[in-house]
Amino acid sequence: MTVRIRSLGALMGVAALALVAGCGSQAGSTPGATPGAGGFTPPSIPMKQSMGKMEGSVDILAWPGYAEDGSNDPKVDWVTPFEQQTGCQANVKYFGTSDEAVNLLKTGNYDVVSASGDASLRLIAAGDVAPVNTSLIKDYNQIEPFLKDKAWNSVNGQMYGVPHGWGANLLMYRTDLVSPAPTSWGAVFDQSSSYKGKVTAYDSPIYIADAALYLMKTQPDLGIKNPYALDQTQLDAAVSLLKNQRTNISEYWSDYLKEVSAFKSGDSVIGTTWKVIQQVAASEKAPVKAILPSEGATGWSDTWMVSAHAQHPNCAYAWMSYITEPKPQSEVAQYFGEAPANGQACKLTGAAFCKAYHTTDQAFANKIWYWTTPISQCLDGRTDATCTNYGDWTQAWTEIKG
Amino acid sequence: MAVTTTEPAAPARSGRGSILARSSGLRTGLLLLPPMLWLGVAYLAALAALFITSLWGQDDFTGAIVRVWTLQNYHDLVHIPVYRTIAFRTIGIAALVTVVDAVVAFPIALFMAKVASPRVRRLLVIAVLMPLWASYLVKAYAWRGMFSEGGLIDWVGKPVGLHSPGYGLVATTITLAYLWLPYMILPIFAGLERVPSSLFEASGDLGAGALTTIRRVVLPMAFPAIVAGSIFTFSLSLGDYIAVQIVGGASQLLGNVVYANVGSANNLPFASALATVPVVVMLVYLAAARRTGALENL
Repeated sequence: MTVRIRSLGALMGVAALALVAGCGSQAGSTPGATPGAGGFTPPSIPMKQSMGKMEGSVDILAWPGYAEDGSNDPKVDWVTPFEQQTGCQANVKYFGTSDEAVNLLKTGNYDVVSASGDASLRLIAAGDVAPVNTSLIKDYNQIEPFLKDKAWNSVNGQMYGVPHGWGANLLMYRTDLVSPAPTSWGAVFDQSSSYKGKVTAYDSPIYIADAALYLMKTQPDLGIKNPYALDQTQLDAAVSLLKNQRTNISEYWSDYLKEVSAFKSGDSVIGTTWKVIQQVAASEKAPVKAILPSEGATGWSDTWMVSAHAQHPNCAYAWMSYITEPKPQSEVAQYFGEAPANGQACKLTGAAFCKAYHTTDQAFANKIWYWTTPISQCLDGRTDATCTNYGDWTQAWTEIKG
Repeated sequence: MAVTTTEPAAPARSGRGSILARSSGLRTGLLLLPPMLWLGVAYLAALAALFITSLWGQDDFTGAIVRVWTLQNYHDLVHIPVYRTIAFRTIGIAALVTVVDAVVAFPIALFMAKVASPRVRRLLVIAVLMPLWASYLVKAYAWRGMFSEGGLIDWVGKPVGLHSPGYGLVATTITLAYLWLPYMILPIFAGLERVPSSLFEASGDLGAGALTTIRRVVLPMAFPAIVAGSIFTFSLSLGDYIAVQIVGGASQLLGNVVYANVGSANNLPFASALATVPVVVMLVYLAAARRTGALENL
């Protein structure tokens, strides 16, 4: 018996050695791009020059509600017309957080992704997405100019995607269980103990920015100028606010259906949300309302990007072209509850809708703190401080949850 | 376990026949080759890959794996208090689930093995196995519904003034104990079946009551079987990440921290370092279990 075990051990040893040796040869390689504020050089990925034959299918990675094919609500369907027009069968995968989107796109199984500002630069720097030839996008000239050539969707004047839409993260509450109606994010921070065990929050390190935004307005001494540019002291303040909130949290959400069910049952009564979640919950008879609190809000500005490893580049471009046409734009905007990037969509949604979402209102758009990846160089322009990066935020998030 | 069991080597037979028939060593070797390859590639190589990955780093910005040897992940694991808390919490929950399962499973297994008629016994075995036929997710979500505000537990508890514990560690423990109960009942049942009934009678004849018999005769003999069952419940609880996500509220256990590092933070190296914790804990546990002779009961 001992002999047998020993020989088995030797075998394992040999196998392990072989593995180590095999991996060691790769040990010297480093990723192509160095991270840095704006100044990084993205790896050279060829840009598509002209449209070719449609491949017959396209794999889409999207935020929930961005690519509806009628399976959630028969009346909500802009994917089927796309399939009929182009012959591209759309396979849609929804993701819950930007991290998940980055991770899924890295697998190389998807052609096109709706990336928020906290994912887009990471994808560009890692060489996971290709530059986009905007002349192949039919209605690109209708996209609002203030969304083009921004820090989160372009590098050195080269667009890496097509703007899709933007909006703010809202505060949702149960109208029957929360009174008085909240007007401030304080309801989930300083006063969260009034709803002990019933508060919910977004389960992602980027949620730290929500706390930072609140501190920016309520504790000016901290000197926060941009919720994504926090030095260690500022991050610590946000973390302690969130640790305090943690004692009153029922559960964190990243799956939008989980938040819908928690608000329906009353396990959560107040917390951050997207407009689409409030609309789904309300359509399922939950008495919920969503407001934009007085402090303003964090938000998103999303961009359709094409994978550098796209198996179906023509169908991917067809999708990016289609989804930014006025009609689908108006449908997505109304279903998801956001401002469409294509201002022409307002003709279809009605002017009131676009006014409510400030579609063409650049001043308002500038007031939302769009999700951005925090990096060591302070995004607010400070040069005398080192800011915490996304790795620090991820670490802090684990500590907050405890 | 199958690997280490000894088989008496058959003496090499002389005479006619193929090489295979003559050389028992070759025959055994060929027979064992496919399972050994499977074990080697699927388990050991995967474990080795896990360990190697844990020695790499990650680029915070792009999320790309940086293939430079570093012990930073293990350093963080040991020096950042939250991971120690999570590790101990996970081990505590796994131990608690195991104890709950043992306490619930023992009377059931004893009844099945020694009291029930053969017909009832068969029905009980089916009843114990039945939950395993249903999807894990369905069962976990069923518990989510029961623990929810105004759910079944609230409704049943209301007349006596009891509330659902809500989503959290209590809910996680109960759900895990429910999910893994069959894995505890079956080994104890098998172990008790092997205890001759005559011992019970002898104990009774010598004046021991039912409780004394259980305490001084049955339990010591069933102990290895309980340990065998505990290996299942403990290891399954240690690695679980779904139940805690569904009914655990905001709680974090090792499993879902690993999941969060793989699934959302994309930090495979750190996730691998975290995943070695349950592996080490299980190795220690198995070494301890081996001393009780429980491994022969698996």
